[in-house]
Amino acid sequence: MSPHPEPSTGAMLHPELQAQDNTDAIFRNGRRLDHAEGTSKPLRSRPEPQPRGAKVHGNRPIDQAEAAARFIAAPEHEKMHDERLWDLRQKRDREMHGIPEWEELRSLASAIKEHTLTRLDEYLNQFEAKARANGMHVHWARDAAEHNSIVHGILGDHGAKSLIKSKSMLTEECGFRHYMASVGIEVIETDLGERIQQLDHEDPSHVVVPAVHKLRTDVAEVFAKTIGTDPANSDVHYLAEAQREATRPLILTADAGMTGANFAVAETGTFVVCTNEGNADLSANVPKLHIASIGIEKIIPRLEHLAVFVRLLSRSALGSPITQYTSHFRGPRAGGEMHVVLVDNGRSERLGMAEFWTSLKCIRCGACMNTCPVYRRSGGLSYGATYSGPIGLIIDPTFNARKYSNLPFASTLNGSCTNVCPVKINIHEQIYAWRRALVEQHEVPLTKKVAMKAAGELLSRPAAYRAAIAAADVALAHLPRFVIYNGLDAWGKHREVPHPPKQTFHSWHQANRGGKQ
Amino acid sequence: MRIGLFIPCYIDAFIPEVGIATLELLERFGHEVVYPRDQTCCGQPMANSGFNAECADTEALFVRNFSGFDYIVAPSGSCVHHVRDNFDAIEQTTKVKEVRARAYELVEFLHDIQKVDAFPWARFPHRVGLHNSCGTLRALKHARPSELHEPFFSKPMDLLSKVDGIEFVTPARPDECCGFGGTFSVFEEVVSTKMGYDKVSDHARAGAEYIVSADSSCLMHQKGCAERIGVPIKFIHIAQILNGAVA
Repeated sequence: MSPHPEPSTGAMLHPELQAQDNTDAIFRNGRRLDHAEGTSKPLRSRPEPQPRGAKVHGNRPIDQAEAAARFIAAPEHEKMHDERLWDLRQKRDREMHGIPEWEELRSLASAIKEHTLTRLDEYLNQFEAKARANGMHVHWARDAAEHNSIVHGILGDHGAKSLIKSKSMLTEECGFRHYMASVGIEVIETDLGERIQQLDHEDPSHVVVPAVHKLRTDVAEVFAKTIGTDPANSDVHYLAEAQREATRPLILTADAGMTGANFAVAETGTFVVCTNEGNADLSANVPKLHIASIGIEKIIPRLEHLAVFVRLLSRSALGSPITQYTSHFRGPRAGGEMHVVLVDNGRSERLGMAEFWTSLKCIRCGACMNTCPVYRRSGGLSYGATYSGPIGLIIDPTFNARKYSNLPFASTLNGSCTNVCPVKINIHEQIYAWRRALVEQHEVPLTKKVAMKAAGELLSRPAAYRAAIAAADVALAHLPRFVIYNGLDAWGKHREVPHPPKQTFHSWHQANRGGKQ
Repeated sequence: MRIGLFIPCYIDAFIPEVGIATLELLERFGHEVVYPRDQTCCGQPMANSGFNAECADTEALFVRNFSGFDYIVAPSGSCVHHVRDNFDAIEQTTKVKEVRARAYELVEFLHDIQKVDAFPWARFPHRVGLHNSCGTLRALKHARPSELHEPFFSKPMDLLSKVDGIEFVTPARPDECCGFGGTFSVFEEVVSTKMGYDKVSDHARAGAEYIVSADSSCLMHQKGCAERIGVPIKFIHIAQILNGAVA
């Protein structure tokens, strides 16, 4: 029998971050009292200025590597970010091991999504008819601009001046908050992390935990400036409570509420929102007007399919068996109105891309981000895009191939993302395919092209290749051509170059095996 | 059987001892091991960067060099992964398909084809941390990756367990990528080296004297990282241990 070395659960790369547990947070049974979403081991860090995300210059390609380097240069942030997200990955693994049919569930979820996507028009029509029958208003938005103006129109019809909303990546895609600011409507994010990001004028860095790149001291700084908390107090309970006190009155007086949706069920014309803070329920139920923005890929055919996804979603995302709230919205309540905006915004086009259409299966759990070693060390804002991490690498270029042309290269192609994906998107293979596609579309820098063409020519001519290797006595000159063309120091800046041996294998073979072929 | 020995470019140039160990190990089992002298590379560096058309001539050369063998064996998972799974810049003739199907990484060959049950010449009384490269782990399926709910197995560990005196240590993140990633190592060098620092530190903290792997490219990167930050750990290819390397 071979040994089975599995690390103990909770093993850490940076054990020095482990903090003393707060005894107030321990139940009598010895278990920690965890916030549903923040369920994580107690960690500590020293204050440090927060590294900011990628520099965005219009349509110019985002330099993810540059922003990632700045994130790594802030070790308190990088270590904490890495451990927090790895902790989620470990919790996901534990939940997975509790479900014997896990791999079967993933296959099933993938099959349901693929089935639905290949009949999307039928299911969308079915959903629309049923939703209307349920008393909802259904709108269709071709793109972000249409989405924003439709919502603006609905709010205008009701004379609404303030909007409370729960977290929605779709509205991030649409630049919704910026648009609303431009037309003088106040938007209040109610998800804690999203609210932090809104107050700090930053985009979310993660699809599930939007402020995970911040330390508690960063949050204390933001709250001190915006809601008047004590800048010296970075206790998480204090900060969360202060935010609640500041936001609840705004919720109570808001004119309209907005949510996204995790799933829209065609057979029932209903939609489902999964949250942990209950903020979506407040956003939807306190004001009389509820608007839900739903990407057209969120459709599932039947209610029974929901069971498959609900079992996978929170386990994959946060390593918890289920979100605290799984709310079904079935129609407006008495005296209220419910509007659904079905948004395409590039999804139909993506559906037509032979190599990339299955990225539409994504249920936005963030498991690929949590497991991605590059993402954990870069921070989500380094991607300069709505979607970061592995799923971002394959979705973002569909919005703008030039601007996001560097992103598919921000990966080692290690494939962990594909393995954790609950709907079995072949993420790393699509990253590889995007590299090819971007080269074909001439969206890759010329210097890279020159280097690769030179490498291809050298490596296909044995005599020239041998001469190049034999002529090189200096260590650096031994390096493959792609390194040389990229600048001599790219390998050696942060690591030592290989020590050149006395002879190549080729020469050794000639000398010791007589060049026998 | 007649084996074509595929020695990837970076092993040829930087770590010839891995090629030598592979050759000697295969010869121990009585095979006729041929080293086609016109070989260069499999094309992976270009393909990995998206430049597939630029691989065509290199792939064609590879096929010319390696046609007609019973097996093609290489001590490098990622190169075999390229040949087996992505080698499509040239027309997929019967000959090309045959070469692709017969390409094996050394551990797979020893475990699945040769079915080795002992390495009586090998003794390695050291604590080692096994580094499964991502190419061998998730593409060639050398072992059960930690993300999947499947029974545990590990071909490299099965083989190493047959070596007298060897002891395994368990890092906190046994199958996290080390950050090499081919051209990623130079195009995203800061993230790449940070991942490398974390990887070697994790193994060192677990008590490893050596990091052993079936991929020298990962080891070359990790070694550079360890030397830079002063982590005292040694690196060895699995072929060297199985061939009876004396540390």
